[in-house]
Amino acid sequence: MKLLSVSNLTLGYDHAVVARNLHFEVNEGDYLCIVGENGSGKTTLMKTLLGICDKVSGDVIFGNGITKNEIGYLPQQTIVQRDFPASVKEIVISGCQARLGFRPFYTKKEKELAAKNMEKLGITELADRCYRELSGGQQQRVLLARALCAAGKILLLDEPVSGLDPQITGEMYELISKLNVDGMTIIMISHDIQAAIRYASHILYMSDDIFFGTAGEFMASEKGKLFIEYEKLNTRRAV
Amino acid sequence: MEKLLFYMQYPFVRYALIVGVLIALCSSLLGVTLVLKRYSYIGDGLSHVAFGGIAVASVVNLTNRMTLVLPITIISAILLLRTGHNAKVKGDAAIAMISVGALAFGYLIMNVFGTSSNLTGDVCTTLFGSTSILTLTMTDVWLCVIMSVFVVAAYVLLYNRIFAVTFDENFARAVGTKVDFYNLLIAVVTAIIIVLAMNLVGSLLISALIIFPALSAMRLFTSFKNVTVFSAVFSVVCALVGIIVSILAGTPVGSTIVAIDAVGFAICCGGSLAGRKLA
Repeated sequence: MKLLSVSNLTLGYDHAVVARNLHFEVNEGDYLCIVGENGSGKTTLMKTLLGICDKVSGDVIFGNGITKNEIGYLPQQTIVQRDFPASVKEIVISGCQARLGFRPFYTKKEKELAAKNMEKLGITELADRCYRELSGGQQQRVLLARALCAAGKILLLDEPVSGLDPQITGEMYELISKLNVDGMTIIMISHDIQAAIRYASHILYMSDDIFFGTAGEFMASEKGKLFIEYEKLNTRRAV
Repeated sequence: MEKLLFYMQYPFVRYALIVGVLIALCSSLLGVTLVLKRYSYIGDGLSHVAFGGIAVASVVNLTNRMTLVLPITIISAILLLRTGHNAKVKGDAAIAMISVGALAFGYLIMNVFGTSSNLTGDVCTTLFGSTSILTLTMTDVWLCVIMSVFVVAAYVLLYNRIFAVTFDENFARAVGTKVDFYNLLIAVVTAIIIVLAMNLVGSLLISALIIFPALSAMRLFTSFKNVTVFSAVFSVVCALVGIIVSILAGTPVGSTIVAIDAVGFAICCGGSLAGRKLA
């Protein structure tokens, strides 16, 4: 089932074009990794998909009856959040805000959903802790639980592992991968091309000439080969 | 105590207490959001704008200053809060510019066109609120009560959305919350509170009512709900104590309240340090 199709999309901020001619599709159960250099428009693409940024031209079509408030989103952390006095419980349930409609308060059902998602991500015992006192990895789990509260079928993640140490990064990838296996469609921005190849089903490489295809196709492409060479070089240098 | 009861017989003292407590309550609720959104200074900026507005109103001899001051302040608030992120002049610089600009023009206008014989006294009253809270009329009190009911009701009903918008605008926008609307609402309510609060503490000290309760609560509590509730309680108690002390000791109302707020903040800091040592 096709969940999202993007055709001939041009991205930009205030008339400055960031990227053009984007074509790709996301089907139910896919795991799409968006990679590319800094400034290639990865975050802008994600914000455009979410409707936070306006597109310059082209089409973004969500299929299969997905409405805007069924998309889970894990943004990059902001400075405001770093010392925010809020409990984990409060943050996770704010993922249900779109379900409120015109009601002022959350219902029992929404509280249960929040509890369920906290359990899924193993942060139930942190529920009453303060967000600013948590480690980076725990904070990301909290934000992921919040995203799950909003997500019906599709989850958009903007660099979920940035700033995490290698072990926590690995755990985070496993967690996301598990969500994908359980049926959640994932679109993730990443700097980590190796992890992208390892976990993702599809790759969108953003640069002057854009690549979109399965992870296997990416490995076989010129760009993929170049990347693998580069990685080898890096590992050799590290040794 | 006897002296206090004696003063309580006078309606103007009761009015002052009611208005003081209500303004303290409203400003502390909003203060939590403003401080967390990094807009602590907006109270200061807007109060200077309101000062400019009052200067103009008194020069053109308006009978009801509010009709001019309130719209001017609301428009400035909207401009300042809306252009927060992608403006040509960045947030803090814009606030500084508007605030000193309004202050300078306000004083200039009062000085050049003013007809009052006691200019320094007028300016001092507007800046430090000295006695105006003790000269409130019944209409002022009702206006304040209605506004406060509106602010508190809106805050309680929209509590969950205000939290969402304060914590993460991008996420809120992504899931379809009308972030711009809530920012606008926060801007308008901030402006209203500031104009009302000018009677209480004057335009120079308003920031204190917005910042101190929120910062004190953030020292001690770790959930948004507790921070909000404590900040409201803190602010009301300080305002109450401040007004009573100022009546009994004959000190200026505004600066007494702010001084008590500052002492309260110091106590909360101490409490937080002690708590950390115990833990």
